[in-house]
Amino acid sequence: MLEQLDLTMVNWARAQFALTAMYHWLFVPLTLGLSFLLAFFETLYVRTGNEEWRRITKFWMGLFGINFAIGVATGIILEFEFGTNWSNYSWMVGDIFGAPLAIEGIFAFFLEATFFAVMFFGWDRVSKRFHLLSTWLVAIGSNLSALWILVANGWMQFPVGMRFNPDSARFEMQDIASVIFSPVAISKFTHATTSSFLLASLFVIGVSSWFLLKGRHLEMAKRSILVAAVFGLVSSAFVGFTGDEAAYTNARTQPMKLAAFEGLYKGTDSAGLVAMGVMNHDKVPGDDKDPFLFEVKVPGLLSLLANREPGSFVPGVDDLLYGNPAHHIVGINEKMVRGKVALAALASYKTAKQDGNAPAAAAALAAFAPQQDYLGFGYLKSPEEAVPPVPLVFYSFHIMVVLGTMLPLICLLFLFFTYKDTIAEQRWLLGLGVISVFLAHVASQTGWIVAEVGRQPWAIQNLLPVTVARSNLTTGAVQTTFFMFLILFTTLLIAEVRIMVKQINKGPEGN
Amino acid sequence: MFGSMELSQLQQLWWLIASVVGSLFLFLTFVQGGQTLLGTLAKNDEERMLVVNSLGRKWELTFTTLVLFGGALFAAFPKFYATSFGGAYWVWVAILFTFIVQAVSYEYRRKPGNVLGTGVYDAFLFINGSLGVLLIGAAVGTFFTGSNFSLNAYNQVTWQHPLRGLEAAFNPFNVSFGLMLVFLARILGAMYLLNNIEHEEIAVRARKACFVNLLCLLPFLLYVVSGLAMMQGFAVDPANGQVVMESGKYLHNLLAMPVYLALLVVGLVLVVFGVVANAFLGKRNGIWFGGIGTVLVGVAIFATAAYNNTPFYPSKYDLQSSLTIYNASSSHYTLTAMSYVALAVPLVLAYVAYVWHAMDARKISTADLDDAELKKLY
Ligand code: HDD
Ligand code: HEM
Ligand code: HEM
Repeated sequence: MLEQLDLTMVNWARAQFALTAMYHWLFVPLTLGLSFLLAFFETLYVRTGNEEWRRITKFWMGLFGINFAIGVATGIILEFEFGTNWSNYSWMVGDIFGAPLAIEGIFAFFLEATFFAVMFFGWDRVSKRFHLLSTWLVAIGSNLSALWILVANGWMQFPVGMRFNPDSARFEMQDIASVIFSPVAISKFTHATTSSFLLASLFVIGVSSWFLLKGRHLEMAKRSILVAAVFGLVSSAFVGFTGDEAAYTNARTQPMKLAAFEGLYKGTDSAGLVAMGVMNHDKVPGDDKDPFLFEVKVPGLLSLLANREPGSFVPGVDDLLYGNPAHHIVGINEKMVRGKVALAALASYKTAKQDGNAPAAAAALAAFAPQQDYLGFGYLKSPEEAVPPVPLVFYSFHIMVVLGTMLPLICLLFLFFTYKDTIAEQRWLLGLGVISVFLAHVASQTGWIVAEVGRQPWAIQNLLPVTVARSNLTTGAVQTTFFMFLILFTTLLIAEVRIMVKQINKGPEGN
Repeated sequence: MFGSMELSQLQQLWWLIASVVGSLFLFLTFVQGGQTLLGTLAKNDEERMLVVNSLGRKWELTFTTLVLFGGALFAAFPKFYATSFGGAYWVWVAILFTFIVQAVSYEYRRKPGNVLGTGVYDAFLFINGSLGVLLIGAAVGTFFTGSNFSLNAYNQVTWQHPLRGLEAAFNPFNVSFGLMLVFLARILGAMYLLNNIEHEEIAVRARKACFVNLLCLLPFLLYVVSGLAMMQGFAVDPANGQVVMESGKYLHNLLAMPVYLALLVVGLVLVVFGVVANAFLGKRNGIWFGGIGTVLVGVAIFATAAYNNTPFYPSKYDLQSSLTIYNASSSHYTLTAMSYVALAVPLVLAYVAYVWHAMDARKISTADLDDAELKKLY
């Protein structure tokens, strides 16, 4: 039997993954978006021959390089962490999960790394056109790396295209196309990249605003704002659209996550969308308490968003845990029973095979087959274990959505005043522009909290709980590396921010 | 095309692909070697800038190759990934650490406000080039000396040594293997810098460094090669799949696979020739001989570790837990799909080579340092 032990080790490993992923994600969105902005700036330079655009390109490129280095440093840890902390995961799903990671290396990272060198050091070593091409290829390469890792992550959220092999006790891939084109992968990729474009646009707007506030580099700042505001505005339309798409996919593939980020315990027809609210922390699944101390609801909207059908039924946490026959929902309690049958059958299959007892093995396999889809549920100790931390997911989601409606407005205002050529006088807006850099990061990080915390306790949705995905390590070992990473990454982050600030202070002349 | 291949052929193919990527990484550790030579080759600020900027245009390539090596092993041999990383925890964490600090060092070392100061970032580069390479070598050494783990019926690993992988660094064979790679990286680093930088004094020191490091390499090389030839090796009995110890196993492998023996010998000769050409014949293109030689030696070593009924990741604690390319691999479907993906590798190599050529057509010289355009130097 796959023994599950030491929950504290698992929790430290989760904390470590969250820590390193969140650090990685501080830098990645800027890389994803800024690389395209660089390509835009340089295209304008090559098209117009105007030296100002070249100066602008080089200034932002300097900041890009500082950010890129630490993005790479934090990324390598994540890749190997699957092996070090989640080794059982790596074995059980490596047949499927390893492929996108390897493809990412071949197609994306090399593109990025190779043309990065040209972009930085090739100004007078290659032709103007080849340089421009390199800048574009860096942008394409970095966004391709987002594609492959999000295909991998999308597969964890919605595992498709594979089957369980009882002999090796692992999942094996059957159809790579359905892994790559899974709706979850697509909604993840489009949402994560467009939100990163928005974040990077706001970064350019924020830094430029600061220049305008200080009365420095006015021409550069205004031009940068123009390009970034347009890019940000267009991107934010896609952010909203793809975010809605993500919620719609969630309703189909991860209804528990949807219930968690809406704080919905009792499913209803015509469910309302909580615009804001304060959650009741005493609420536990199955009781009769109101999950909210206070809430503002838009009636019927959740049904519309989740199912694209007004008045439709949206299941809540309780329906998913304990079943709702009226709506054909099989509860987790029921699935656990089937899962335990599957686990026991798998164990007897193993023993029978070891003893060379072919008929017993065949019988065990026959008992296993009809229940195998519930295997993961067999590891749960209680149905309630399948509920993610609802308040964290709820607040994160709402923060993201509120910011998601606010940030496009900021882009719009910048565009408006740039058009009227009075942007330099709007000091309040410039101040808001500076703050929005921070807000965009908050939106982006809370997005991942929704996505990742919302799927707990599953490492692979419905198949592999985190308690089984772990490595056989002591809590102390994982704790030690947690603090090692915390200290190292924090030091590097401080260095990065300080270098960034110094370079911004120097402005384009200092570059 | 690949779909009709036998599973065992695909497994062998993927070991070969992983070997080539791993060997290319060994070649590209000239960046790491160069990092450790900073103090030897550069005596003042200007020279230091030349060396760092020359290496700084390549470090990403090495790093990415390491990442790809990891990714390829994950995709093709997930059981190895799970067993080694989850088991030999501390040695991998230590290796990763040296690569994290490398990644920021070039970009940050001379930038105002970098908190730690140039000296610390240069120390990071040195640690990466020395300790990082040494530990990678020690980890590869365990392909021959074995590790302490066992796998249960569900293939979950339990490591049976409290040092969790670091014990590899206390075995003389593994340490020699690591030191061999360190000195090889330094030879390659000196060769690369000689070829890439236009500077009288640096050239003189680089020529000397090639030779000195070859001398340092020799004892470890001899120890490793003779060790390989004589040591007891791990062998799979093809009849029943049992793993047993066999004396002279790795020598038998080389004799049974003369192609790889030839690669090993030719590779070593090429490396030595590259050094001699640089140090004594006034040439500066030794890096190409050294580089190709390194790749050939690497492929031969990886082949010895895994082909001819040999478990490539043996367990000395429990022989039957040892990993072979046959029991550690991905499924037929995945290996097939990945083989189609791997068809893109030559394309990648082609554009890397093209860009490398375009960027290096003009050597780096002190003129680059005054260039107002290039104020963005590392
Ligand atoms: C600038 C950042 C940003 C902004 C403004 C938004 N998001 Fe977002 N969101 C992300 C950044 C993000 C993200 C970090 O990129 C996530 C995490 C995982 C992912 O795919 O994207 C994410 C995840 C995420 C998920 C979870 C997807 C999943 O678990 O599969 C949903 C449902 C939404 N978002 C919905 C929205 C809506 C309705 C928004 C407003 C209109 C919105 N997001 C704005
Ligand atoms: C757990 C998941 C992840 C792993 C294992 C991972 C792994 C890595 C690795 C190894 C690198 C260094 C590559 C190099 O050698 O250049 C890297 C960099 C990068 N990653 Fe991630 N990554 C993860 C999550 C993400 C996500 C979610 C995205 C985007 C949506 C992303 C986008 C990038 C980009 C753009 C880079 C380039 C450098 C930079 O960050 O500035 N990664 N990642
Ligand atoms: C880069 C942005 C990401 C952030 C901020 C993030 C955040 C988190 C958080 C907060 C957790 C812990 C959840 C909990 O235990 O409550 C977690 C776990 C995890 N995430 Fe993510 N994640 C990110 C991207 C990814 C990606 C792209 C992948 C896969 C390719 C991934 C795979 C995992 C795994 C394997 C775990 C550990 C197992 C688990 O707790 O489910 N994460 N992540």
